[in-house]
Amino acid sequence: MAEQIEKDAELLVSDFTAPAGARRGLRKLAEQTPEPQPQVAYTEKMTPGRRIARIAMYVGLVIFAIGLLAPFVWMVLSSFKSANEVFSVPVKWLPETWVWQNYIDIWTESNMLVWIRNTLFLAVVVTFLQVLTGSFAAYGFARMRFRGRDVLFLLYVGTIAVPWQSYMIPQFILLSNFKVSNTLWSIILLQAFGAFGVFLMKQFYETIPEELSEAARLDGLSEYAIWRRIMLPLSIPALASLTLLTFVNTWNDYLGPLIYLRNPDLWTIQLGLKGFVSNLFDTNYALLFAGLTISVIPIAIIFLLGQKYFVEGIATSGLKG
Amino acid sequence: MATITATEAGTAPPPVRPRRSKLRLRNTLIGWSFILPNFIGFGLLTLIPIIVLFYMSFTNWNVFGKADWVGLANFQRLIGDGSFRISVLNTLYYSALHIPLTILVSLGLALLLNNKLRGVAFFRTAAFFPYITSIVAIAVVWNLLFSPEYGPINEFLRFIGIQNPPGWLTSPEWAMPAVVIVGTWRDMGYYMILFLAGLQTVPRELHEAARVDGANVWQRFVNVTLPCLRPTMFFVTVMLTINSFKIFDLILVMTDGGPGQSTLVMSQFIYRKGFEESQFGYASAAAVALFFMCIIVTIVQFLWNKKRSS
Repeated sequence: MAEQIEKDAELLVSDFTAPAGARRGLRKLAEQTPEPQPQVAYTEKMTPGRRIARIAMYVGLVIFAIGLLAPFVWMVLSSFKSANEVFSVPVKWLPETWVWQNYIDIWTESNMLVWIRNTLFLAVVVTFLQVLTGSFAAYGFARMRFRGRDVLFLLYVGTIAVPWQSYMIPQFILLSNFKVSNTLWSIILLQAFGAFGVFLMKQFYETIPEELSEAARLDGLSEYAIWRRIMLPLSIPALASLTLLTFVNTWNDYLGPLIYLRNPDLWTIQLGLKGFVSNLFDTNYALLFAGLTISVIPIAIIFLLGQKYFVEGIATSGLKG
Repeated sequence: MATITATEAGTAPPPVRPRRSKLRLRNTLIGWSFILPNFIGFGLLTLIPIIVLFYMSFTNWNVFGKADWVGLANFQRLIGDGSFRISVLNTLYYSALHIPLTILVSLGLALLLNNKLRGVAFFRTAAFFPYITSIVAIAVVWNLLFSPEYGPINEFLRFIGIQNPPGWLTSPEWAMPAVVIVGTWRDMGYYMILFLAGLQTVPRELHEAARVDGANVWQRFVNVTLPCLRPTMFFVTVMLTINSFKIFDLILVMTDGGPGQSTLVMSQFIYRKGFEESQFGYASAAAVALFFMCIIVTIVQFLWNKKRSS
């Protein structure tokens, strides 16, 4: 019985995550180390047909990139327009005069500062708790052998197939009974204990050679000390992935705050900006775009700096947090 | 199993045994202590709500927290509820468009970016960018881009000679395709990463061998790349299906289910009945339906994959 469960769990997990080989490949990809050999390979065989194929590929990529990035360019450019110019026909991409004032007015005409403060608080606390409890539990799953472990892990894995939308109502009633709905704590509880962190860290711990912790155990280190002094320092890349993905997810979360945070003083930046759209019938769209740009910029910077960890985190767990 | 062996061994206790079982107990306690901080939150906020969900679906739980057992009444009502039927059909419609389109686009992108081209790193970043952008920003920007009169998209379509471009989010027929386009635009970077990871596992030698045998690009793709990608494809399909079934935030911020009920999806039906009309019991029954749709489709794909891989 126990063996069968263990086998099934293993199968389920291996099927549910990016294959190990892929993970290794991806890590290589993320490091962006150029392979020396193909360079030679294709310059040798550069027939006209291949050249045309290459040009076609570039054209395809450029079209893709334009399609992908045009909405962002549109957003940023529109944030410098005057309120009426956003809807000018025919469409103009560049603003006629650059209205920098939008970026000053947004702070006085909305509660932007409060929203950012709330969002930042949530993102930091959630990320801290998720990383701490996730990596701690992952050690138990990856390195300890004890009864009930596999069944427990199966429960964690199983919830991947269960959408939050299907149990948001009982969860809301539960948290309302504990009097935490309509406080920032509700979002912290909601986001901090997901299976995602456990999953990602466990996958990473399993790539660390067992001998390391075994040797430490023989040296008389307790399990907690092994986690603290060996596993944690070795798993810094995975911790970085988890930190970045959790932070971005919490920053961007819309549904949780929508359901739990009714009081405008508690609004996050997403709720606030959405409220800005629906509140005023004659929304100043240029101003709104300035707000949206401000809300996207921190995430864009974090992403550009930690790109490698985003890619690794997703490829390791196959999940997006 | 393990307990039986333990008691059997207990009939003739060897001298080491008590120490060993003590050790095992200690191990179990330490193991649980690692998992407990996360598990308390996980159990309280995920497992218990899932169990409570099933109970609630058999009651008429309302805003006062008063709940009477009503048996299958909620489910009978669901079957007769026209809005619910529309929401199921719309969810399936969204999935039927979104799943193949996303696989096609993200796999195509991954194949392109798997080449040694200049600037690949930049394109990879660009493809991933929509995915980390907030949903509210996405909705506002795309709503304006899709605007039938003033939007750049329709202006472009008129420019290339389409006289009557669609009304997109204002038209019942085109609202869902518009949402699918934005959904695909947002998700493709994420699935592209998964496909790129999968492509790294395709052995170079196999491609070389096929080329030597005279296979063209398409034949190599079908006979070498695709079979090697099978595990990735399975994983992507499962995740895409679940994510399509539960589609909610995009709809909520882009169309709010409209125009009419043309983009009303299951998650939104649950949200409306639960949080807007406070019919928690009835909403739970709809949530149970969503729950089983996701579980069943996952199990079916899982079994199918198991059969094909053996």
